[in-house]
Amino acid sequence: MAQADGGRVQALLRSEDKVLRRWVEAAETPLRGRLTTGELERTCSDLLAVLGEAVAGGGLDVTSAAYAGARGFLAELSRDWARRGFSPSETASAVFALKDALFAAADEDGEGGESGGDLATVLESSRWVDALGLVTFESFARAREQVISEQAEQLLELTTPVVKLWEGVVAVPLIGTLDSARTQIVMEKLLQTLVDTGSEHAIIDITGVPAVDTEVAQHLLKTVVAARLMGAECTISGIRPQIAQTIVMLGIEFGDITTKSTLADALLHAMRGTGVEVVRRRTGSR
Amino acid sequence: MERVPVLSLGDALLVSIQVDLQDNTVLALQEDLAERIVSTGARGVLIDISAVDIVDSFIGRMFASIAALSRLLDAETVVVGMRPAVAITLVELGLSLDGVRTALDVERGMKILRALSDRRGLPVADELDDDLVPVAEGGGPAAGA
Repeated sequence: MAQADGGRVQALLRSEDKVLRRWVEAAETPLRGRLTTGELERTCSDLLAVLGEAVAGGGLDVTSAAYAGARGFLAELSRDWARRGFSPSETASAVFALKDALFAAADEDGEGGESGGDLATVLESSRWVDALGLVTFESFARAREQVISEQAEQLLELTTPVVKLWEGVVAVPLIGTLDSARTQIVMEKLLQTLVDTGSEHAIIDITGVPAVDTEVAQHLLKTVVAARLMGAECTISGIRPQIAQTIVMLGIEFGDITTKSTLADALLHAMRGTGVEVVRRRTGSR
Repeated sequence: MERVPVLSLGDALLVSIQVDLQDNTVLALQEDLAERIVSTGARGVLIDISAVDIVDSFIGRMFASIAALSRLLDAETVVVGMRPAVAITLVELGLSLDGVRTALDVERGMKILRALSDRRGLPVADELDDDLVPVAEGGGPAAGA
């Protein structure tokens, strides 16, 4: 069986214009106009050219060295589409549309009596396109994963700033759900800032934390105790009414840790701790 | 075996740990401290651990037991300069060092000790209220009051 030489597929690809036109037609439908016809045509014709070379050099074995260019092109294509928000099935069906084009081309050739639209040709080209589809899908998934991990990293960096509020008072406004990994980063960053700035007061503001469960509370307590071990006082602020209810219902004990409802209260508390008193200037001429 | 030097500074003892802590170093330090507190009559112990970057549960407990024994000998312990990584490790080990005072650096630690000894210090005579009479030996009012 002529599985590896790809003679039939090569013959089909030779009628490039016909295949290309059908391919673009078939691929356009699932993309629902998210890509212009011109752009899709350009992509398809580039891909077809690369594939033509690959088949000539390496037959139908997509893992062979001759396919390096084609694999690279597919990987680049799916990475690009993944970043542009195309769904996996949209990306894969664009490649699988080549199958329709090849079948149609084979059918036509069969009618013309040239090479014959026989079952072997259909099977061969089907297997080949499936393999190409798998390559596409793999790189699509890899690209997606990469995007997700990059975003997670950015989120971690974005949401853990330690700000100086006053001489000797630093604060971390926590935003988003707290998990172990984030708490670890927040904790280390806060403690390091305490050392670097010589601050004796730290405020952890949890206004932006959507929910507090026993695990989150545990993380907060650990941070406060660690700050104490280093010789700094730590206040928790921004406890919303619902969260206060949850904490009481869960039976979480904050012990002798100072908690305030707003960041302003916590700042005032910390400033008093450093010996600063805030007074309002008397206005008017009396 | 390396010994950690214990320096006497006013009515406080200063211990600056600059070496890698081994279990027996720590045990020796504990003995030395107990002896020095008694011999110098120190009222405060300041332990600087800013150079310590690795602790285990044994050393963590050591800080607590040093604090406990110095309190027995009427001296307060202040641990200063703990690094973030060390603090996190101790918390993860479940050692919150209750009863040990902490400060960010030696200067702040000394301030705490000074504040403590001021509070405990015997009042000077003219600070006493007029109707208070110093107790004489034997528990009765001083003669001539």
